[in-house]
Amino acid sequence: MGVGTRLRVNETRPRLLFQPWPLSLLGLSLLLATPIFVVFSSMFFPAGDIWTHLLDTVFARYVRNSLALMLGVSIGVLALGILPAWLVTNYRFPGSKIFEWALLLPLAIPAYIIAYTYTGMLDVAGPLQSSLREIFGWHYGEYWFPEIRSLGGAVAMLSLVFYPYVYLLARAAFAEQSGSVLEVARSLGSSRRAAFFRVALPLARPAIVVGLSIALMETLADYGTMQYFGLSTFTTGIYRTWNGLGSSVGAAQLSALLLGFVFILVSIENWSRKQSQFFNTGSRVHLGNAHKLTGGGLLVAYTACGLPVLFGFVVPFVQLVIWATITFDTVMSGDFAGYLLNSVSLAAVTSLLALTFALFIAYGRRLAPSFASSFAARILGLGYALPGTVVAIGVLLPFAWLDNRVSAFMLARFDLSTGLLLSGTAFILVFAYLVRFLPIAMNTVDAGLAKIRPSMDEAGHSLGLSSGKILRRVHMPMMRGSLVTALLLVFVDVLKELPATLLLRPFNFNTLAIRTYELANEERLADAAGPALAIVLASLIPVILLSRSLRQARRAPGEVSITQSMESNK
Amino acid sequence: MTLATLQLDKVSVHLGGQLIVDAVSFDVPAGHIACLLGASGCGKTTLLRAIAGFEPVSSGRVVLGGTEVSSSTGMLAIEKRRIGMVFQDHSLFPHLSVAENIGFGLDSLSKTARETRIEELASLLEIDNFLDTYPHRMSGGQQQRVAIARAMAPRPDVLLLDEPFSSLDVELRETLAREIRHVLKSEGITAILVSHNQFEAFAMADEIGVIKNGRLLQWDTAFNLYHKPASLAVADFIGEGVLIEGHRTAEHEVETELGIIDTRQIQGFNLPDCEDISLLLRPDDVFHDDESPIKAQIIEKAFRGAVFLYTLELASGKRVLSLAPSHHNHEVGEAMGIRLDVEHLVAFPKLPVV
Repeated sequence: MGVGTRLRVNETRPRLLFQPWPLSLLGLSLLLATPIFVVFSSMFFPAGDIWTHLLDTVFARYVRNSLALMLGVSIGVLALGILPAWLVTNYRFPGSKIFEWALLLPLAIPAYIIAYTYTGMLDVAGPLQSSLREIFGWHYGEYWFPEIRSLGGAVAMLSLVFYPYVYLLARAAFAEQSGSVLEVARSLGSSRRAAFFRVALPLARPAIVVGLSIALMETLADYGTMQYFGLSTFTTGIYRTWNGLGSSVGAAQLSALLLGFVFILVSIENWSRKQSQFFNTGSRVHLGNAHKLTGGGLLVAYTACGLPVLFGFVVPFVQLVIWATITFDTVMSGDFAGYLLNSVSLAAVTSLLALTFALFIAYGRRLAPSFASSFAARILGLGYALPGTVVAIGVLLPFAWLDNRVSAFMLARFDLSTGLLLSGTAFILVFAYLVRFLPIAMNTVDAGLAKIRPSMDEAGHSLGLSSGKILRRVHMPMMRGSLVTALLLVFVDVLKELPATLLLRPFNFNTLAIRTYELANEERLADAAGPALAIVLASLIPVILLSRSLRQARRAPGEVSITQSMESNK
Repeated sequence: MTLATLQLDKVSVHLGGQLIVDAVSFDVPAGHIACLLGASGCGKTTLLRAIAGFEPVSSGRVVLGGTEVSSSTGMLAIEKRRIGMVFQDHSLFPHLSVAENIGFGLDSLSKTARETRIEELASLLEIDNFLDTYPHRMSGGQQQRVAIARAMAPRPDVLLLDEPFSSLDVELRETLAREIRHVLKSEGITAILVSHNQFEAFAMADEIGVIKNGRLLQWDTAFNLYHKPASLAVADFIGEGVLIEGHRTAEHEVETELGIIDTRQIQGFNLPDCEDISLLLRPDDVFHDDESPIKAQIIEKAFRGAVFLYTLELASGKRVLSLAPSHHNHEVGEAMGIRLDVEHLVAFPKLPVV
């Protein structure tokens, strides 16, 4: 009797209290999913003769370039990411511990910034070609030099900054492989190399595919590099159709096609994540002496681990520092403080809002688990895969419609023209950022909340603590780290964001990323180094956090969520 | 048939600069099953890994089938040794089917020869119904059968089993241990098992090596380890028992708290040549006897069906164990009469510290 009553109380109380949660959650997710719906529904609207034009001229090139880019980047990130992951997890060599985290550093450089930097270095007027001409007495046009502003150059740039996704997931997979699985292979007559190809690599395959899909989503989403290198891909095409041809429906339809590609990648990613559960070999036991590399093996290790870090981070970073030092006065005499303030305020507002929503969603799902709330969370989670350009188009269209409606209404009712109320304001910029980056905050907060098992709440209640006290004395201290991480990750991603900001920013409103973009496009690459360096330095913070979490927990469940969260650069 | 013998000659192993295995020597004749027995952290697994070639030896040598495979100057690569390895966590390849797992080491065979061998092992280990199954669909016991079949497939010179049954539940453990012994014997396979469980060792092994702090204390049959332990440490580790002190009162007599023992009654027993003597008392050496003048207080009792295992405290505070038929039911706290049975006895010179 007594037990029965208590059970019933436990069952009904949260339901009564939090009945509204699933509903408001669903509302929020539908609101933030508007861009996706808008983009897809554009398929059902006539776009006039814009398609005839697109199909005649550039469409085939968009598809061809995007596919070639994806193929090239796939080869690049797999070649750069897998071998170092295998080496740092299974061998010991001087510096191997340093490489383990240093290999993540290129994540701190947004793709467009590495593209600007290498162009500045390798262009005809750049230091490398200039000194070659000086040393050998060549003249321009008399010698062959690879053109950086090409499809190949773009593949190289994107591979250098996106390989860490493959490295990160492959490293985690190799580190989780029980050492004895490899030892069994050795005892059955396989050499170290054969054991890698016959056992370790097949076992890590699902994780590597996850990393690859994330890298390819980034590739599809990249706007800055493509624009700067003059490559016609979906993202540049969308921008061009919107701004140049003035066709909003055409831009939205291109976005829908791009989203089609993206969702194929998302499905591959999800499927691979499920697969990897079957490939669990049990926890890794570190027994005995790890194999030490000598001679030729050492050379291979330093090449495989050193080159990606050198060209993906050290070289561009040093170049940026040099340029920023030279142009320090020019940078400071401009409105640097203004851009910084704009960037920081946007990032601060967005990250605080994202954290608030993420907490609301996470607690909603915990306290009132329901189909509606987990469905809502799934929809919201899709945002991380959306290219910034697509989000921008998906946000612009409905807000423009809303503004027009309000304006028409006001004009009819009060004879008052309100014009564009929301379009071209910071409000829709923040809205777009939330669509893109809320999933990052959600992943991080979810990972933090998962550490607080329901039994801890029950223990708190059984000790006579009220819900409020449990929140203060149990949840808050345990969640603090995740909350700070969530804030930081969103903050930095907003700071780096380029394409959505470019399309949605208020008139004359400049951020660090926009300023970098503008200066680079005026071919003032050295001047662009100042704001670019500020972005890179800020981006280093989450990379450091990530590398710390690698060292702390070899099997950190949060690792994957931070991997997703590190998803950026768009 | 393998004719190989495994020989260890003063093998020492260092891990991270620390001496883990200290000059261990033993021989395992072809077709024998040996067990390295010891508490966790005693170095037995490291020794097994040194035999396998996963760890280098810092001195001494390992000879397998007449070939030196490890010494301080060099070691043969693991894949070139003819060993089979079975791990506690089974370590099956999750991306391969059972048949592919068993056939992993059979590259050098033709397709038909490989299939014949896989089927042969599958029927031997009674997993023929699972050949197309993937490991994650199998129970722990079935997985371990696959792991053993896989290790046996290339007909290794010696099969090394690292705590092979400890992840299984107790009942399964004993039946599987017996069954695997039968399989190994029928194939004439030389095997070394590492275990911390003496009953598993008794059930599987022909010879057992007791290891403590990296040293081999005794290499003997299960019977001899129990009844003729070579040292106090072995006596302490094998079986249940308590050491009590005795003082020599005559050529053949020892006086203990439990009375004077005349060792002439015990066949083939010689007292150590010293004054102070430690005697190992097994629970079945201490008998319940209401008539006895020697009383001990009952501290604990555990019902074991036919018998009670009493933990008793002597007047000196020393505790001994006694098995008594369960109809002799005494309460905790009561005093109980006991006497010694002296048909067999283990004695050592008394050490300052046990």
